[in-house]
Amino acid sequence: MNGAFGKSWLWIAAVAFALLLPWCFYDFHTARHSGFMLSMLSQMGMMIILALSYNMLLGQAGLFSLCHATFFGIGGYATVHFLNAAGDGDLPLPMEIIPLLGGFSGLGLAIIFGYMATKQRATAFAMITLGIGELMATAALMFHHFFGGEGGVSTNRMIDHSLFGLTYASGVQVYYLILAWTLIATLAMFFLTKTPLGRMANATRDNFERAQFMGYDPRVVRFLQFSLSGLFAGIGGALYAITYEIVTFDALAGPLSANALLMAYIGGTTVFGGPVLGAVLITLLQSGVSLMSNSWLVYVGVLFISMVIFAPSGIAGLIMGHKPILRAGKLGQLVVPYIRVLVPGLLLVLGFVGLVELTSFLTIGAAQGKTLVLGGNKIDVHATMPWLVSAIALFGGGAWLRIEARHFRRVWDGLMADLKSADGKAERVLA
Amino acid sequence: MSIPASGTPALSIREITKSFGQTAIIRGVSLDIAAGERHAIIGPNGAGKTTCFNLISGRFPISSGEIYLNGERIDQLPPHKINRMGLSRSFQITSIFQRMSVFENLRCALLWSRGYRYSFWSPLWMQRELNAQAEFLLEDLNLHTRRDLPAGLLSYAEQRALEIGMTIAGGASVILLDEPTAGMSNTETDYAMDLIRRVTKGKTLVMVEHDMKVVFDLADVITVLVYGQVIASGPPETVRANPAVQEAYLGALVE
Ligand SMILES: Nc1ncnc2c1ncn2[C@@H]1O[C@H](COP(=O)(O)OP(=O)(O)OP(=O)(O)O)[C@@H](O)[C@H]1O
Ligand SMILES: [Mg+2]
Repeated sequence: MNGAFGKSWLWIAAVAFALLLPWCFYDFHTARHSGFMLSMLSQMGMMIILALSYNMLLGQAGLFSLCHATFFGIGGYATVHFLNAAGDGDLPLPMEIIPLLGGFSGLGLAIIFGYMATKQRATAFAMITLGIGELMATAALMFHHFFGGEGGVSTNRMIDHSLFGLTYASGVQVYYLILAWTLIATLAMFFLTKTPLGRMANATRDNFERAQFMGYDPRVVRFLQFSLSGLFAGIGGALYAITYEIVTFDALAGPLSANALLMAYIGGTTVFGGPVLGAVLITLLQSGVSLMSNSWLVYVGVLFISMVIFAPSGIAGLIMGHKPILRAGKLGQLVVPYIRVLVPGLLLVLGFVGLVELTSFLTIGAAQGKTLVLGGNKIDVHATMPWLVSAIALFGGGAWLRIEARHFRRVWDGLMADLKSADGKAERVLA
Repeated sequence: MSIPASGTPALSIREITKSFGQTAIIRGVSLDIAAGERHAIIGPNGAGKTTCFNLISGRFPISSGEIYLNGERIDQLPPHKINRMGLSRSFQITSIFQRMSVFENLRCALLWSRGYRYSFWSPLWMQRELNAQAEFLLEDLNLHTRRDLPAGLLSYAEQRALEIGMTIAGGASVILLDEPTAGMSNTETDYAMDLIRRVTKGKTLVMVEHDMKVVFDLADVITVLVYGQVIASGPPETVRANPAVQEAYLGALVE
């Protein structure tokens, strides 16, 4: 049917880009790939799976889960044990299939916990999942045999059994394995949205009573959706285990569950591909900004809060909002207004970053014996000047932005009104 | 009654009661509704008409009594099971899937009765027959120009029409409609009644309605509910002539 794969060119371009990307950071002198890039790209892959599978709950079924890392983590831990068994020759399976086993581990646990959690919906559901997350975090510290306590469990991915004769000794081989599984999982999750279950998940999200009076038990819909999302999270966890060859408490604890939520929400829960954007952005922030700044989590937090307030449909939602204007060929009219909000916006951001960094260097930085360096110049965090400049940029930029934002709003509303009346005319002509 | 009562009634309600906390809202209602009958339930605001629908359709549990659908007891069953046995309803306050497209709303309403259940392996875009049926319904409801619009953006009358479509889509034999024309203009009401007549042909229809013109036009049997009790039930002429009804309800509305 038309529309089922309507945006396929975008997906194909993304895949081609992902295939080529490691070679953009290939060092021909040493004949090696950039280890940093490969590890970041690999992480993006598993985070994409985590965020997309989380959105099967939040965006598609309206289920606010707080324990999604549980299924990612269990996939990771189980995979370590599978790899160890495979290395010992007890599990005659090739590397390429192992992530599926991790997925089944996630599925199994999601069936057990989902049976309890999906009896409820809305707030009660969220509370149960919070409990499940805590339960699993405690269990991970208690059951040493499986979880390895504080230190986690480790493995060796060179199990010497591959469908393609690969050893997975190098990062780039692992990257392509992750890319392949990210692709498979993404396609499968996309497929699910086009099935009766996927549609009824949307339906129960919008109005569970109506779904009931159409013969569907919303509980069963929730349960199946929850279990399947656990399957994919488990695959993500398996890729984690394969990449890092160690799985610790972090892979299943609360912060990663929160991360899944952040990525899906910031990317946009209303569009299938939204969480992909969120996962890419957050991973970039995490790997890139965290190198430069102690305060990267502050930025993620502020970004999240701003999105919730100003753009609840996320980045993807913002982009999709431009579609009608693009179709009418009027996107050009937005360029100037965009520049006009961008300038004060940038000023505001710089001012904010300045204040955060100054504060951070005053406290943590000082304790670590670091100094703030900007463009080669050392900056004295005890002087008044940097503080003053940052504060002026923050508040001045903010005030200016308010004015420009109002102007932008007017232009936008004007465009929307134009489109509406044009639509109306077209309809009258048709009728 | 225009339809001869052949065997078991389509819907049989026996002495049902319902209390919310201490207050008795439904105080012993019994009704037999024959297959194919068009049955109107009327009564003043707060009489318990919607509550009756909620009890029949399984939305609320009854406090006592029994309800049978085509001879089978349904009063202990959850809504989705009752629906699968052939009873479908609409709501007084429009109840559709706001964020999904009009087409998708109708297709979802078809799914269960077409045997798809909870399938997560059948791609919907390949289900020719199902999609054709949804398109047909769309035409039938005169909503085809709105096909891909989120249902929440339809006009009020269009949303009501969509909900009626979703109510009958599953092929239920007993249809409960709760004030389908409330809040509509005269032309909209006429259009909605035509639609209801058309799509419920051959089915048992139970309808709560305030518009007396609509009621006397359509109904084979009218039941008057006042303060949680049936004060009269029968063909329109008898009900209209009933002095108790005149006093309690109709007198105020039709002279
Ligand atoms: N869930 C509930 N909890 C408590 N009281 C309720 C509940 N539902 C309905 N009632 C009460 O039951 C009474 C009957 O309500 P109901 O909605 O059935 O009336 P109705 O006949 O449909 O009226 P209307 O014509 O206004 O739709 C009202 O007094 C209402 O306040
Ligand atoms: Mg009512």
